[in-house]
Amino acid sequence: MNGGDILSLITVFVLAAFVGFEVIAKVPSTLHTPLMSGTNAIHGVVLVGAMLVLGTASGTGQTVLGFVAVILATLNVVGGFVVTDRMLEMFKVRKPAKEPAELAATSSSGPAGPGTEGGVK
Amino acid sequence: MSLGTGIRLTDLIAAICFILALKGLTSPKTARYGNLLGAGGMAVAVGITFATNGLTHFLLIAGAMVIGAVIAVPAARLVKMTAMPQMVAAFNGVGGGAAALIALATFLRAPAGSLAVYQVVEVLFGVVVGCVSFSGSCMAFAKLQELMTGRPVTYPGQQLLNGIVAVAVLGLSVAVCVSTANWLITIILVLALAFGVAFVLPIGGADVPVLISLLNSFTGLAVAASGFVLHSVVLVVAGTLVGASGTLLTQMMSRAMGRSLPNILFSAFGAVITATGGAEGDTTRTVKSASAEDVAILLAYANKVIVVPGYGLAVAQAQHTIRELADLLESRGVEVIYAIHPVAGRMPGHMNVLLAEANVPYEQLKEMDEANPEFASADVALVVGANDVVNPAAKNDPASPIYGMPIMEVDQARNVIFMKRSMRPGFAGIDNELLFGPKTTLLFGDAKDSLTKVVAAVKAL
Repeated sequence: MNGGDILSLITVFVLAAFVGFEVIAKVPSTLHTPLMSGTNAIHGVVLVGAMLVLGTASGTGQTVLGFVAVILATLNVVGGFVVTDRMLEMFKVRKPAKEPAELAATSSSGPAGPGTEGGVK
Repeated sequence: MSLGTGIRLTDLIAAICFILALKGLTSPKTARYGNLLGAGGMAVAVGITFATNGLTHFLLIAGAMVIGAVIAVPAARLVKMTAMPQMVAAFNGVGGGAAALIALATFLRAPAGSLAVYQVVEVLFGVVVGCVSFSGSCMAFAKLQELMTGRPVTYPGQQLLNGIVAVAVLGLSVAVCVSTANWLITIILVLALAFGVAFVLPIGGADVPVLISLLNSFTGLAVAASGFVLHSVVLVVAGTLVGASGTLLTQMMSRAMGRSLPNILFSAFGAVITATGGAEGDTTRTVKSASAEDVAILLAYANKVIVVPGYGLAVAQAQHTIRELADLLESRGVEVIYAIHPVAGRMPGHMNVLLAEANVPYEQLKEMDEANPEFASADVALVVGANDVVNPAAKNDPASPIYGMPIMEVDQARNVIFMKRSMRPGFAGIDNELLFGPKTTLLFGDAKDSLTKVVAAVKAL
């Protein structure tokens, strides 16, 4: 890597920092938990780095480090997205449950059904 | 070169997905799509990595990913909604650990002396911040899971010792830049892990969510550092996005608690007060306690009831019972709304998730600013398992450690009913004057049991 590469990475870093600050300027406190959980899942992209380390490892030590890193990173990324989705799923079920109250009560066991999706603006 | 260009292109696509995901997560309407978009970007980034030039050990990679997924999916799907905060802490911690391992592995594989100083700095940043995030998250997990006390753990000279450890890490880091010795970086790793533990010890359970958010942004930065180490644009972008937005989110959370971030991190909030304010004082004062039947009558003949749910409700898994009660009251013509404090539950927004799980209609949930003007016209404020967020000391007593925290003004309501397990002070460990007030009625017991009894009593009326 030469000086130009590190400079372009630093450029990316600075720009991404500005975007990160700007993009979440206003968040209702309702969404603080899902947002924390969602950003948590996004830094699970470290999985890419872990794959590169394991994929280019030579020798047992390197391989073990890489292997553990891939497991940890997968936990981060998969767990993060699934937990966030579970939280947000509940936010969505709520609206249709209110409007046609009886209808929602009868089909409450299948919250992911198409009717539920349709009721959400 | 075409493959390299392809990877650059998918990096760009993934980066755009992550930015849009963050944007989506800031509004209730788009949040779920935002999260899915993030997952899509992740799939692109991970998928294309398999096509990297010179990559081997495909079976090992796939195997490790399967192991990770097999653990993560059931854990994430089965975790109770009340245990969500510690789950997020755990997933955050492993991410930090992975970032640290990546930086470490890159350092160990490079022939001695072949790394430029700036490369060593990148590695060190990844190792140190990743390790602090890992061990800090483990501690946060232990506190929330109640594997250890949720109270701040303090000892004399604590901040001084933490300072010394931090300085030692910095000093050794400089030494590594000069000598690039493997044993030195091992010591740094151990010290950084110890620092993560020591840093979290004095932070009380109520403040842990803010801490998790901070550690989340730490992990983001560690990931960005490992992106520098590996020259991966997508790691730098995603890590930095999380680092920046996580920092902002942390500030928003501490503002919602009316406190500054340094105050949360360094003041061992609640430790001293518990020692002096203590439970002994309570026995000398009288409170008005009532039976479930009395409470039922108060509620059933009210025009307007405002429910203020707190962590006690979540612990008792009473979110469904409170909804049953609310439905019952509404069928009698009582107006019921829920007033949600920003930090009700154990994480900001946690209570909204729990009530959503119980299918409480969105329109009935009022945020604090909306809810506070309503108390003056309410007949009953029903406080279920909350304490600190309704403590008038936050408004009236400048000496109180929670002074300045925005609270629910339940003392404006004509009657206040507290459902509490005991007279024990809340998470922050502070007495609540309101409990002794003339308008206040207490119903002792587990929130779910109490609510079930009240539901039965209302039905019998």
